[in-house]
Amino acid sequence: MLLPFFEWCESTAVGEAIRNSLWLFPVIESFHLLALALIGGAVLLLDLRLLGIGMRRQEVARLARDTYPWLARGLSVMILTGILLFCSEAIKCYYSSAFWTKMFALAPALLFTFTIRRAVARASGGRLLPVWQKLTGLVSLSLWTIVGASGRWIGFSG
Amino acid sequence: MSLLGFCQWLEKTSWSIALHESLWVYPIVESVHVLTLCLFVGVAVMLDLRLLGVTLRRVPMSQLFPQLQPWLVAGFALMVVSGGLLFYAIPVRTYLNIFFRIKVVLLLLAGLNAWIFHRRVYRRVAEWDLDERPPKGARRAAWVSLALWACIITAGRMIAYNWFDAPGVH
Repeated sequence: MLLPFFEWCESTAVGEAIRNSLWLFPVIESFHLLALALIGGAVLLLDLRLLGIGMRRQEVARLARDTYPWLARGLSVMILTGILLFCSEAIKCYYSSAFWTKMFALAPALLFTFTIRRAVARASGGRLLPVWQKLTGLVSLSLWTIVGASGRWIGFSG
Repeated sequence: MSLLGFCQWLEKTSWSIALHESLWVYPIVESVHVLTLCLFVGVAVMLDLRLLGVTLRRVPMSQLFPQLQPWLVAGFALMVVSGGLLFYAIPVRTYLNIFFRIKVVLLLLAGLNAWIFHRRVYRRVAEWDLDERPPKGARRAAWVSLALWACIITAGRMIAYNWFDAPGVH
């Protein structure tokens, strides 16, 4: 059912241009990786704090306010470059289990990050048991690790 | 022995061949190398952004740096080990690859930049610790660091492509 959509993506001018160019795919991929580093930093700083293993002298809510804008910036570059890369090889992605793993982890990762994780970070400082903070950090790190690892694996498949 | 001779010897060692031909270990090592970007470069980028005064503004640098240093060191160690293994698996081709050579030079420059920053600017951190916008020397070091790491990531990604490989090298 989705295959025609994937075929259409691959046939778009953008997809075709990237596919036919020697340089475009690696260059876009590099920007995808630059955004990965930024997202990684922004996610990690708060998750380490939530887990209680880093940035312990910082207040959770304040740290969240400082890191979320950079997380959002990183994500917008990530999603834009990701769509471009996807369009250049949509049909390969359709048959790649790594791609589907990534997508099925990405949706909950995004949802979790901008709902529960944000709410937990804001509610910190008394009302919440530390165990909920730890659990939130753990879930966030796990989800993003699956997204990253399966993303890398798209390149090994097919 | 020349460097090339060393790489040729390295390539014939049984562990190098095993790693190169492994179905799972090589991709796993490569994934670790890429994902460690989040830890090592990610933390470095956040420190740079603090030096530029665009995030964590209220956090004194002398408080932020010691908190992040263990993670930076851990990330660096993982990068070096996984990167060393990737080189060990494919020594000759990598040694001859232009992007690998560019990456090595840029890594040395990034190290130099960090060293200069610590010797010249961070040593006097007490003078600007609470500045929401640190002094020019700090901001310059942050821009240089960001630019270098962006180029290092790009060059690293390009090592996988063999546009400029000498014929017969694979």
